[in-house]
Amino acid sequence: MNSDTSQQLQQQVQSAYKEKTALCIVGANSKAFYGRQVTGEPLNVSEHRGILNYEPTELVITARAGTPLREIEKVLSDNGQMLPFEPPAFSNDATLGGTIACNLSGPRRAYAGAARDFLLGCKIINGKGELLTFGGEVMKNVAGYDVSRLMAGAMGTLGVLLEVSLKVLPIAEMEATQQFECNASEALDKLHQWSKTPLPLSASSFHDSVLRVRLSGATKAVEAAISTIGGDSSDSASRYWHELKEQQQDFFKEDKPLWRISLASDIESLGLPADYENDDCLYEWGGALRWLKSHVPADTIQSTAAKLDGHAALLGTSRHEGQFQPLTPGLLRIHKNLKRAFDPVNILNPGRLYPGL
Amino acid sequence: MHNSEQVESKIDSAGLIDELCSIVPSDSVLFEKEDLKPYECDGLSAYRAIPIVVVLPETIEQVQKVLGLCHRYHVPVVARGAGTGLSGGALPHEQGVLLSLAKFKNILEINPERRIARVQPGVRNLAISEAADRFGLYYAPDPSSQIACTIGGNVAENSGGVHCLKYGLTVHNIQQIKIITIEGEILTIGGSGLDSAGYDLLALMTGSEGMLGVIVEVTVKLLPKPERAQVLLAAFDDVVKAGEAVGNIIAAGIIPAGLEMMDRLAISAAEDFVHAGYPLDAEAILLCELDGTNEEVSEHVLKVREVLKHSGATEVRTAKDENERLTFWKGRKAAFPAVGRLSPDYYCMDGTIPRKQLPKVLESIAALSKEYELPVANVFHAGDGNLHPLILYDANNPGELERTEEFGGKILELCVAVGGTITGEHGVGMEKINQMCVQFNRLELSQFHAVKAAFDPDGLLNPGKAVPSLHRCAEFGAMHVHKGELPFPELERF
Repeated sequence: MNSDTSQQLQQQVQSAYKEKTALCIVGANSKAFYGRQVTGEPLNVSEHRGILNYEPTELVITARAGTPLREIEKVLSDNGQMLPFEPPAFSNDATLGGTIACNLSGPRRAYAGAARDFLLGCKIINGKGELLTFGGEVMKNVAGYDVSRLMAGAMGTLGVLLEVSLKVLPIAEMEATQQFECNASEALDKLHQWSKTPLPLSASSFHDSVLRVRLSGATKAVEAAISTIGGDSSDSASRYWHELKEQQQDFFKEDKPLWRISLASDIESLGLPADYENDDCLYEWGGALRWLKSHVPADTIQSTAAKLDGHAALLGTSRHEGQFQPLTPGLLRIHKNLKRAFDPVNILNPGRLYPGL
Repeated sequence: MHNSEQVESKIDSAGLIDELCSIVPSDSVLFEKEDLKPYECDGLSAYRAIPIVVVLPETIEQVQKVLGLCHRYHVPVVARGAGTGLSGGALPHEQGVLLSLAKFKNILEINPERRIARVQPGVRNLAISEAADRFGLYYAPDPSSQIACTIGGNVAENSGGVHCLKYGLTVHNIQQIKIITIEGEILTIGGSGLDSAGYDLLALMTGSEGMLGVIVEVTVKLLPKPERAQVLLAAFDDVVKAGEAVGNIIAAGIIPAGLEMMDRLAISAAEDFVHAGYPLDAEAILLCELDGTNEEVSEHVLKVREVLKHSGATEVRTAKDENERLTFWKGRKAAFPAVGRLSPDYYCMDGTIPRKQLPKVLESIAALSKEYELPVANVFHAGDGNLHPLILYDANNPGELERTEEFGGKILELCVAVGGTITGEHGVGMEKINQMCVQFNRLELSQFHAVKAAFDPDGLLNPGKAVPSLHRCAEFGAMHVHKGELPFPELERF
C-alpha cells in the first residue's frame, strides 16, 4: 500500500508551472464542501502514502500526505496515543494531507489545541515545483519562519503537502461525559466558571437545551471532577462526540445554509435580525464555535461576525459554494503577496480560499 | 554584516534625526554616543554595534510614522524590547534606527471570562501572570528571563521555557497581535475566537525575529493555575539511563509539566552556588514536575516514582512541601549563573534533537570539548529535546572566543545531523546565521526570502538577521559540505 509518488507529483507541478496550468489538489476529496470550487487539472496525492516514522516515546509521527487518517489513528491508538486535535474525517478515506490543509479540528480543540498547534514540520512542493522542507520532528524549533504552520489552513494554495510531522499525546486513562438541562445563557455561564478552574475538560457542546461536557484524564481526577460539576452521566457519549465531529447528527442535515462561526466564547447573542431568532444554533468549544443554520444573507452574517472580532464560513453544498470571511484590505494584500511568494503563476488550488488567491 | 546584506539609505544622519524629532518629543530621540551605548547589544554581548539613532515612541501612531519615515528614506530598522535575547536578534544596525518599544508597558485588559490579557509589547512576561493571579489565571510560557523579557520579544522569538512540553510555546498561547508594517500600516492578525480566516499569519509572525513587522499589541491566552504542582528529583549514575527514563515516563502516558536534566558539571556548579541538596556523585539528575488537579498529581507521582526506579535511578526524592519543590527548582534555575562562576565567560548554545539521540550527542560534545580544550556543562529541557550546552571560556585569552564560537557552531551542526535544529528557543538572530546555511538548502532559503519580501520588499526590517543571504552561505559553504554536496554550486566563491 505504501508508495512514494513525490517524483511524479513534482514533475506534474513543474510542468504545470511551465504551462501555467491550474492544478486541483485532491486527496480523498472528503472536504470539497469546505471553501470554494477549483477548476484545474487534478493532482492526486492519495497514492503518496505511508507512515515514515513513529516512535511513541518521542511523541512524534511522520507520514506521507496521502496516508489515510484512519490508518494513522489506528497506529496511534494501538500505542495508547492519539492526534490531540481530534480531526473530523468526513469520509473513511480522508487523508492526512487534507486534514492539515484544512486545519479542521474536533471537539477537543478548545482544550488541547488545533491541527496547526501540533504541526512540527512538513515537506512541500511549492508552485514552482520545488521540493522544500520546513520545521522537523522536534518539539521546539525556531530556525527560519514557521512555514509549516502556515500550510495548515492554506487549503493547498501555498504548496502541495508531501509529508507531515505531528506531535501526538497519550490517550487519557478515563473519559466521561456529564449533561445538564439548561438554556444557552446558563450553559455559557457554567462553561466559563469551569474553564477558569483546572478541571480536566476535553469537549463541550450545547444544543436543544442540553449542555454536554466531556472530562478526560487520570481516573481519580475525572471522578473528582464529576463530583465537582455534577450533572447526569451521559449514555453513548463517545458516539455522540464522534457524530458531532463528523457532522452526522440530525442538526447537520441540509435544510438551511450551515455556517461555522468562530468568535469570543462569552458572546451570548450574535445580534442577528429578529426574524431569524428561531434559527438553530449548536455551540462547541466552550462557546467559541457556533454552528448556525440560517437563511440570513451571507453578508449580514459575515459583517456581524467581523463586528464581534470573529469570522464566519459558509459550508458548501450541492446548491451553493463554500465561502470564507472576507479579509480586510491590508490582510488581503499580504495574502496576495504570500501567494505570489509560494506560487508565482497561481497554479495551486487557485481560488479555493479566496478569489485571486 | 555580510556585504550582500547591506542597505543603502537615502538620507543622512542629521536629516534622519531631525525628521524623528518631528514625530516624537526630542527627549525620545537618542543620538549622543553615551546615550547610544546601552543599546549596543542584547543578551548576547559578544556582538555589538552602535546605531545612528535610538527612538522611543509611546503611541502606535508614532510607531507608524517612524516606520513610514524609514520606508521613505530606505533606512534599516531594528525593533527592541527588553534586549534579553540570546542570539543577537536586537543587535542594532550601524546605518539604522533602533526602535525601542520600552514605553509600551501597559496592560490594556484582563478578561477573566475570555481568559485573555491584552497587553502592549513592552509588558514583561512575568507581569502578565502577576496581573492575572487574582483571577486564578496565568500566562504559561516562562522563558528563564521572564522577570525581565517583554511579551513583544517573546512573540518575535517564539519563546519557550521549562513548561513547553505540556503547555506549548508562545505560538500556542497567543490569540491576536497588532503589527505595523514597514509602510506604517497597522494590521490586526488573529481574532477573538480560537482561529481566524485566511492564512495563519499569527504563526508566521511568531518567531519571525522582527523581520516582517513591528508588534505593537499582543493578546495572550491565560490558563487556570493548576491546583497543585509536585516535583520529583532522580539521580542516575549514567546519562544514558537518565535519557531512557524520560522516554519511559512518556511511554507510561504521562506528560510532565516540566522535565529537566543536568549533567555532572552543571549539578556541581548549581550545588556550590545555591545548595539545593543535589546528589554530587550523580552523573545526571532529572527534575520531573507534575501538575494538575490534586487527584491527578497524586496518581502520577506514584507512577513516575515507579518508572524512575525501574529506569535505574540510584535515588528518587519527592519534594515534601512547596519549599522543597522550590529548592529543587532553584538549582536548575540558577544553573546558568552557577556555571558562570566556574569560568570568566560562558557561551550558551540552544539546539534541539530527537531525544533518543541524546547519548550520541552528549558523547560527541564531550569529544569536541576535548578537541577544543574547553569544558562544557549540559542543561537539557529533556522533555522536548532542547539542549543547552554551556561552553566555559575566557574572552581575555586571545583566540578563545573564536574557538568557542567554532565549537558552538559544531554543536549546532551536530544537532542538524541527528535530525534536530540549530535553535529550539533562542532564535537565529546574528549568532546562528551561518548555521542556517547548514539546516536549509538554497531553495528553502530563497523561499524564506520570498516570504520576507511579501512583507518588506526593500529588506529594511532587521537586515542581516535570521535568514542568511545566498552569498553569505556560498562563502560559509566553502568550508562546509551539506549532505555530501556543496550547497550552492551555481554561486561564485569569494
